[in-house]
Amino acid sequence: MAPKKDTLLDWYRQMVLIRRFEERCAELYQQGLIGGFLHLYIGQEATGVGAVNALREQDHAITAYRDHGLALARGLDPKAVMAEMLGKKTGVSGGKGGSMHLADYDRRFWGGYGIVGGHLPLAAGIALKAKYNEEDEVVLAFMGDGSTNIGYFHEALNLSAVWELPVVWLVENNQYGMGTSVERASGAVEIVNKARAYCCGPNGRGMKEGPRVDGMDVLAVYDAVSEGIEHARKHGPILMESLTYRLEGHSMGDPQRYRTKEEVEQFVANGPIGRFRDYLNEKYKGIDPRLDTIDQDVLDTIDDAVEFAKNSPDPTYDDLISHVYAD
Amino acid sequence: MADRPITIREALSAALREEMHRDERVFIMGEEVGVWGGTYAVTRGFLEEFGEKRVRDTPISEMVIAGAAVGAAMAGLRPVAEIMTINFAFVAMDAIINHAAKIHYMFNGQFNVPLVIRTTTGGGKQLGATHSHAPEVIFAHFPGLYVAVPGTAYDAKGMLKAAIRDDNPVLFVEHSTMLQRRSPVPDDDDFVLPIGKSDIKREGDDVTIVTFGKGLEWSTEAADQLAQEGIEAEIVDLRWLRPLDLEPVFESFKKTNRCVIVEESLPMFNVGAEIAAQLQNELFDYMDAPIKRVAAMDLPLPYNREIELMALPNPQKVINAVKEVL
Repeated sequence: MAPKKDTLLDWYRQMVLIRRFEERCAELYQQGLIGGFLHLYIGQEATGVGAVNALREQDHAITAYRDHGLALARGLDPKAVMAEMLGKKTGVSGGKGGSMHLADYDRRFWGGYGIVGGHLPLAAGIALKAKYNEEDEVVLAFMGDGSTNIGYFHEALNLSAVWELPVVWLVENNQYGMGTSVERASGAVEIVNKARAYCCGPNGRGMKEGPRVDGMDVLAVYDAVSEGIEHARKHGPILMESLTYRLEGHSMGDPQRYRTKEEVEQFVANGPIGRFRDYLNEKYKGIDPRLDTIDQDVLDTIDDAVEFAKNSPDPTYDDLISHVYAD
Repeated sequence: MADRPITIREALSAALREEMHRDERVFIMGEEVGVWGGTYAVTRGFLEEFGEKRVRDTPISEMVIAGAAVGAAMAGLRPVAEIMTINFAFVAMDAIINHAAKIHYMFNGQFNVPLVIRTTTGGGKQLGATHSHAPEVIFAHFPGLYVAVPGTAYDAKGMLKAAIRDDNPVLFVEHSTMLQRRSPVPDDDDFVLPIGKSDIKREGDDVTIVTFGKGLEWSTEAADQLAQEGIEAEIVDLRWLRPLDLEPVFESFKKTNRCVIVEESLPMFNVGAEIAAQLQNELFDYMDAPIKRVAAMDLPLPYNREIELMALPNPQKVINAVKEVL
């Protein structure tokens, strides 16, 4: 079913929101208002927005540390996300998680996680809950290409195949694990091929090898992940790959010696937001002013978020010592 | 109902069975828990009784056993994950420490992790360096994770039931050479012990022995022999390394003014070091002798039975330490 115009415009809004939000984060980081690591999602917006919007309300999302974009796409309040970036009490994780550890229980956004691959078994466990309770829920587990070389990946995918868990394993292949390219880090260069190691058992049970989708095309990602969710609901796990590109460094302060300026510029020129805007202009004649309005609204949203975050209180000593244990 | 003597193995089985009947969300996952019946036979018959949904054999994949159990617990189930021996828990360390222990805090209380990881510990079985650790103290280093170290069948049952009912992650450590030890246990579905309470296992006025797990056995034998010489040792069984309850230790020390800590851990940075530090801090004026520690020797365990036993604590080493502080 093709998405309606309002839906497409909302995706556009989400993509611009992520881009501008992160650009602002980079500024705040330079000003010393955001600490720690800051892993920007810039360039990967089509993957996050296309994939997250394929989820139904009851479905789950989980990811690694490059999590701001996915949190915003999943509908977390930009104010609370920005407040978390600034370490404030009003942040989604109360100022105790930081950039890498955004989560929202109510939105079934199970978090960003800072250990490469560490969240993949968690995804399997959340999916086990759905299967155990016979609930129609799917887990969408995002990961970077780098995490497909770590033990967690293999153990989690294998278990999901053996137990036929409803998981869509989505590799956001942005070409580099920190500064090491896929070709230099992975035996299989087409990462989806790794699905073959977990297929097939009795009656064809096991991991489905999904598509390698153009991760700079929000519509293509949406379609592919929608199909992936259907597969996971009915048959169990599927491994898919979204070919995307991180336009900024791995984290702030990355000298990017591992790639050329020309390479980056080529992806900037074909960036996901510009491509989607061209698509919308093509499809809906005269829409351009409305897109400009969305751009402006997003800037206002971000100004409000920054204002809210700056004016929010820091966590206190009581916050420091709370939630070490569950009551 | 009358207490009857059962083994630690039977106590663990009974606790698991009762809690699985009590709460549909409780399930078991791990290596050889189902068809095999548990490598220590704790879950024998469970697959037949509860079915494959609730008694789940896993691949030999400790990282995902621990990690998937964390995810299932966050999502609302109450997994009892089994890691065959604590030696293999090193492989799962990240899932246990970075995820089980920290998720509640890191996300500001949004997720609970009501998880029990059962595992066995201890040397003395000629299994060589990699299979003979007693490293539960390492896991007790991290806030957010409870560590249970029962030494009797009574405690094993009441503590395991408490662990399963609690909303925090618990590493439940059973000593592999003690599973046949027998003691009276209430035959009562609602017999649950509190979490984080030490227990005086023997009263005495002359010296305080603080111990847990296998150390309880060595200390009890030592105390029996010392009693024949007219030396009365008080034994405090910690039962939990976290939450650590030192009140009974302090009370005992005020009476005896002397303390020996007995454990199977390696000798450096161990439980004894923590307790000695806290005793001198809290009760310096009560101290009549240096605090002594009995632990394993500071080396990996060898295969040969004679020299393996040489490296481990034993009742004689406990007696020697007690006599040094008297």
